[in-house]
Amino acid sequence: MGASEARPLLEPLIYDLGAPGRIGVNLPEPDVPETQMPAELLRDDLALPEVGEVQVLRHFVKLSQLNYSIDQGLYPLGSCTMKYNPKVNEDAARLAGFAQLHPLTDESGAQGALYLMRELQQWLGEISGFEAVSLAPAAGAQGEFAGILMIRQYHIDRGEGQRDIILVPNSAHGTNPATVTMAGMSVRELPANDQGNVDMEALHAACEGELRDRIAGMMITVPSTLGLFESTILDVISTVHEAGGLMYMDGANMNALMAVVKPGELGFDVMHYNLHKTFSTPHGGGGPGSGAVGVNEKLRAYLPGPIVDVIEEEDEDGAPLYGFVMPEKSIGRMKAFHGNFGMHLRAYAYIRVYGDSGIRDVTRYAVLNANYLRAKLMRTYTVPYPRYCGHEFVLEGHVDNVDEVHALDISKRLMDYGFHPPTNYFPLIVPEALLIEPTETEVKEDLDAFVEAMEAIAEEARRDPDTLLNAPHTAPVRRLDEVRAVKELVLCCAPALPAGAG
Amino acid sequence: MGEWKAPAELKYAESDEWLAVAGDIVTIGITDFAQDQLNDIVYVEFKDPGDAVEAGGSFGEVESVKAASELYSAVAGEVIEVNSALEDEPEVVNADPYGAGWMVKIRASSLAGIEGLMDSAAYDAYCDSR
Repeated sequence: MGASEARPLLEPLIYDLGAPGRIGVNLPEPDVPETQMPAELLRDDLALPEVGEVQVLRHFVKLSQLNYSIDQGLYPLGSCTMKYNPKVNEDAARLAGFAQLHPLTDESGAQGALYLMRELQQWLGEISGFEAVSLAPAAGAQGEFAGILMIRQYHIDRGEGQRDIILVPNSAHGTNPATVTMAGMSVRELPANDQGNVDMEALHAACEGELRDRIAGMMITVPSTLGLFESTILDVISTVHEAGGLMYMDGANMNALMAVVKPGELGFDVMHYNLHKTFSTPHGGGGPGSGAVGVNEKLRAYLPGPIVDVIEEEDEDGAPLYGFVMPEKSIGRMKAFHGNFGMHLRAYAYIRVYGDSGIRDVTRYAVLNANYLRAKLMRTYTVPYPRYCGHEFVLEGHVDNVDEVHALDISKRLMDYGFHPPTNYFPLIVPEALLIEPTETEVKEDLDAFVEAMEAIAEEARRDPDTLLNAPHTAPVRRLDEVRAVKELVLCCAPALPAGAG
Repeated sequence: MGEWKAPAELKYAESDEWLAVAGDIVTIGITDFAQDQLNDIVYVEFKDPGDAVEAGGSFGEVESVKAASELYSAVAGEVIEVNSALEDEPEVVNADPYGAGWMVKIRASSLAGIEGLMDSAAYDAYCDSR
């Protein structure tokens, strides 16, 4: 599609569609007496859209067509944002026996769901090498929060409540220091060395200096947010353990480890999984996620609840009875009910379909695809850490001798080539970072097409940088004014009334 | 790669702040290199006058369309003035990082932290190396 072609008009808001009196449903005549709505509940200022069924349908279909999704093409944000979610997961989640199960159903009426949750707990424990798993946390950040609260309580119970420092590498996800602060503890940042690993000298200084008795633990992502396996991870873990701290693994990048490396066997004490990343449950539009946490024997009693266990053993009358239990010294509930069950169900389906060897293939193909792209793109772009990567890698989004072109311009131009941009400007420690994660499902032809697009863009940057600076040319909207978007918030809907008002 | 300004009369921290020392009063801002790397700055937040700052501790944060970063003071002391004009017009930091884009003034309790800072020549080399 050429840049000069007419651009499609953006869809109006649904509030601007329709006309008074149009409705999308036919309600039957009431068979009970009509009552007047209490006057104090009536509001004149509530502008509800009045539209017919087909208008509603077309409105949302058009909006979906303005979007780009992984169902359309390669999406190098990868599992970090949304890897391909197999459709069989959705079939499983729509089975009426699960989809219509009320969370207050008596345990005896929900044995199938409880059995599934317990098996998922066990499988996740097996995959990560941990003793016990809780499915309660609602998403990754809540899993982190649960993990750090467990570490805090562990130290308090041992009479070492003064341990309040959590070490965090400078390549960490922003949620890590936020979690530590939320838990009332303090962050100490560790630099990376020129290999992208944690700087061991700085780690030793932190763990063996005057703060030694205040070290509560360390949060670290493996592979790191640079996509690199921490080749000194065993040293890191033993150094922190020797100082009396516990090791937390941020499991956001488990797509590079599943069925190949078990964090529990490396020596980690606790980790969270992002079921919505690694185990392919959908989370577009902000949720829901699922941040299951796994722990070893030290922290087992502190797991957030409830978790599923056998509450009546199997006997001659029949199968065991499964039910919810709270671990002995549990840090408590993370949310109402039992975690995001719909996500448990999809993750269960994913693991069940692939099985042990299939999950290992997922990891292997994810790592192979990332390394293939890295090796190809290294010919054109700077790769700051040129060693084997995990499931993702970082390159610098600039072209030699073309100073005006930045990572953002390359990303915007990729949209014109029919690809979703990768993550921009993260991790923060790489200038002009482009973080690329193709995932396991992409075939060689599609990876090659992405490489060709990136090479063509570098060539354009040298020949005609304005093409990049003004990109995208074919997307539904042109370059957005990000400064204005941040500084001038415009809410399209009136704010909700404060609680108790009206 | 690029050409960034670094006035000779200032001192420079590895975390890309500049410091102007006049007696025990130290004025701090971020460098031309820093504003260029951050791109369009959209938000700043500083400690309040009267607040204490540790050597190497944070005195505020800056947010751009690309990233949010902590701001560090190489000297310990007390914040005596902040550039509140930046709250409404943070883009001034991009336009004039060494002038109208100054951030805080600190009454230093110790100037020991100045020792480890770079001069403009060393800072130029440091920027070019990244």
